Amino acid sequence: MRWEKNLILLAAAGVFFVLTSILAGRGLISRFVLLTMTQVCIYIILALGLNLITGFTGQLSIGHAGFMSIGAYGAGFIMKTFDVQAGPTLIFFIPFALIFGVLVAAAFGVLLGLPTLRLRGDYLAIATIGFGEIVRIVLLNTKALGGASGMPLKQFVGWGAAYWLMLLSVVLIYNFVNSSHGRACIAIRENEIAAETMGINTTKYKVMAFAIGAGLAGLAGGIYANHMYMIQPSTFNFLKSFEILVMVVLGGLGSITGCILGAIVMTVMNNALGIFPEIRMIIVSVLLVTMMIFRPNGLMGTTELRLPFRRGPFGTKGDMTNGG
Amino acid sequence: MNPRKNGILSLLLVLLCSVLVLAGCGTPAAPATPATPGGDAGSAGEPINVGLNLELTGSSAEFGLSGQNGMKLAFDKVNAEGGVLDGRLFNYISADNKSEAGEATSATTRLVGEDVIAILGPMTTAAVLGSIQIVTDNNVVLITPSGTNARLTVNEDGTVNPWIFRACFIDPFQGEVAANFAIDALGAETAAIAYDIVGDYSGGLAENFKRTFEAAGKTVVREEQFSAGDVDFRPIIENIKSAEPDVIFVPAYYTDDAHFVLQARDAGFTGPIMGGDGWGSGDMVGIAGADNMNNTYCVDFVYIDDPSLQDFVNEYQTAYGRAPDGFSVLGYETASMLIEAVKNAGSTEPEAVRSALENLGEFASISGVMTFDPETHNPAKNAVILEFVNGVREFKQIVAPK
Repeated sequence: MRWEKNLILLAAAGVFFVLTSILAGRGLISRFVLLTMTQVCIYIILALGLNLITGFTGQLSIGHAGFMSIGAYGAGFIMKTFDVQAGPTLIFFIPFALIFGVLVAAAFGVLLGLPTLRLRGDYLAIATIGFGEIVRIVLLNTKALGGASGMPLKQFVGWGAAYWLMLLSVVLIYNFVNSSHGRACIAIRENEIAAETMGINTTKYKVMAFAIGAGLAGLAGGIYANHMYMIQPSTFNFLKSFEILVMVVLGGLGSITGCILGAIVMTVMNNALGIFPEIRMIIVSVLLVTMMIFRPNGLMGTTELRLPFRRGPFGTKGDMTNGG
Repeated sequence: MNPRKNGILSLLLVLLCSVLVLAGCGTPAAPATPATPGGDAGSAGEPINVGLNLELTGSSAEFGLSGQNGMKLAFDKVNAEGGVLDGRLFNYISADNKSEAGEATSATTRLVGEDVIAILGPMTTAAVLGSIQIVTDNNVVLITPSGTNARLTVNEDGTVNPWIFRACFIDPFQGEVAANFAIDALGAETAAIAYDIVGDYSGGLAENFKRTFEAAGKTVVREEQFSAGDVDFRPIIENIKSAEPDVIFVPAYYTDDAHFVLQARDAGFTGPIMGGDGWGSGDMVGIAGADNMNNTYCVDFVYIDDPSLQDFVNEYQTAYGRAPDGFSVLGYETASMLIEAVKNAGSTEPEAVRSALENLGEFASISGVMTFDPETHNPAKNAVILEFVNGVREFKQIVAPK
């Protein structure tokens, strides 16, 4: 039963990919739409990571762009150091660069996760803002990484790789959240003291959540660096962290499908409204305010969007409380 | 709130979002001839699409908005005169890059998908760097009005970027002009430099100022750094003051520099302070105060009260109800370069326009003659030195390229 369901989902994902590739190849999907779709994938990966930290584990983090920039510069550094050119070596270098970015970002996630043992709520949020800014300022002053003018790169990662890596991240987060580790994280969010009383090693799970969330941000950064031609410290500023947080909150803290939806809505809206620069921010703010009035828990709350299977693909065992 | 009502509301919100999205994506998505991106052979009467990729919001919005007004003025003027190539009119499409490299990449990608023959802008160096690869891949020329970094048109290995052009002089020239002015006109023996480490622009000017200044046997007694957006310059001003320089060179953008000048005067520094073209826009005098701005000088592209510019100034004033600045002039000149190139090329074929731009040679523009070097795509043009006298920018001298 489970196998069939997973196969159907995988087939659907494959069909969607083949369809978009054919359409893009024939010029029916413009480059701009394809770029938007790739950016959606990047932001979904970012939102998934932050959702694990903030939505499922309940640790407010506003430094996600910091992890993203570490991944981006990590991957960019590898591509620059080995002077990677288009050719067969890409099969080796692209995964190497991306994994390097993920590992460095995850290591910083652990580093930042450790002080969270002592900090809670607002204090943690301030600490993470500080972290994000420190990363940005360090990059700004590191001449070897291009300093303020940034690092120009080639485009080696396209829509296809971004799409499959995004799906891989969704599967990873879905399985993590529905494992005993994930339930431990949710327990920490609901009541840390109670969770500890029940024998959950809260330190371990908080650090774990930070490491995975940061690793995913690093992956997104690596894709961004290899797709967008140019990375510079000012791209990964406080506002970027905030943008990712808005996606997660808009979609629903603690909902995987919710944060995916949030990432899609925010990214597509940002790009689509590019033609009305004067009123773009007004429309976005009005939408957010309306959202918070009528759906204070986000589009999805903590519930998941289900496909019409006998038992939904999301939340089968865990089946979280219905937030309606 | 009951669950059903909640559901309906969220459905409505999702609908609203998708409508907005469709409204945005739907219109430009379908290119007329996807096989030849960036240009069509074009029959008579068909409009010529030009993309304006500009800083309309964000930290450099003042530059982008001024540039956009200048460009629109040039296109409206030629359209009113009947267009080019037997009555084809220019149709400009604006895109906002939010003063950010990544957003400039998005904006360029969108414009390229709309069959533009050229992209004018971005105004700032980093945003241009984010666009170079896309326009090169798609054979669309890009003309930056004020991207002054030398790297934009000429790569590190000395090869020229075939599709990138500019309407302004480059950073090294500006630094040289400032240093020579400090030596010759101000009689400076010693100088201090304070520059912004965010972005290449300020550091590039500082470096070339220092090189020229020291090559003349003078000394730079103090170098200080700050970050764009800083408001407290007192510590670095104290350091500079204790070194007793004859002149301070602060080649950053107007907001930082205005605060710098204000605080330097408060700290008792009465000597001359100089800046680059970043002082040419915005309300320097409003922030720093007219008295404090006395004895300050800046290098700029144009002197807006130049008698030969008055036709432009009047047209601009009539169209927008405000006075133009240097960036409006550059925007106008950028658009004029493209118009001239299309006329010379006799078509809108990408390669024809590109080669026409490369071979513009001596082009008489509103601010003077620009001489284009096909090897570097850089124009040689006059720089002017302006002095602030009681809150008004006054013409000091013209510096011709060597």
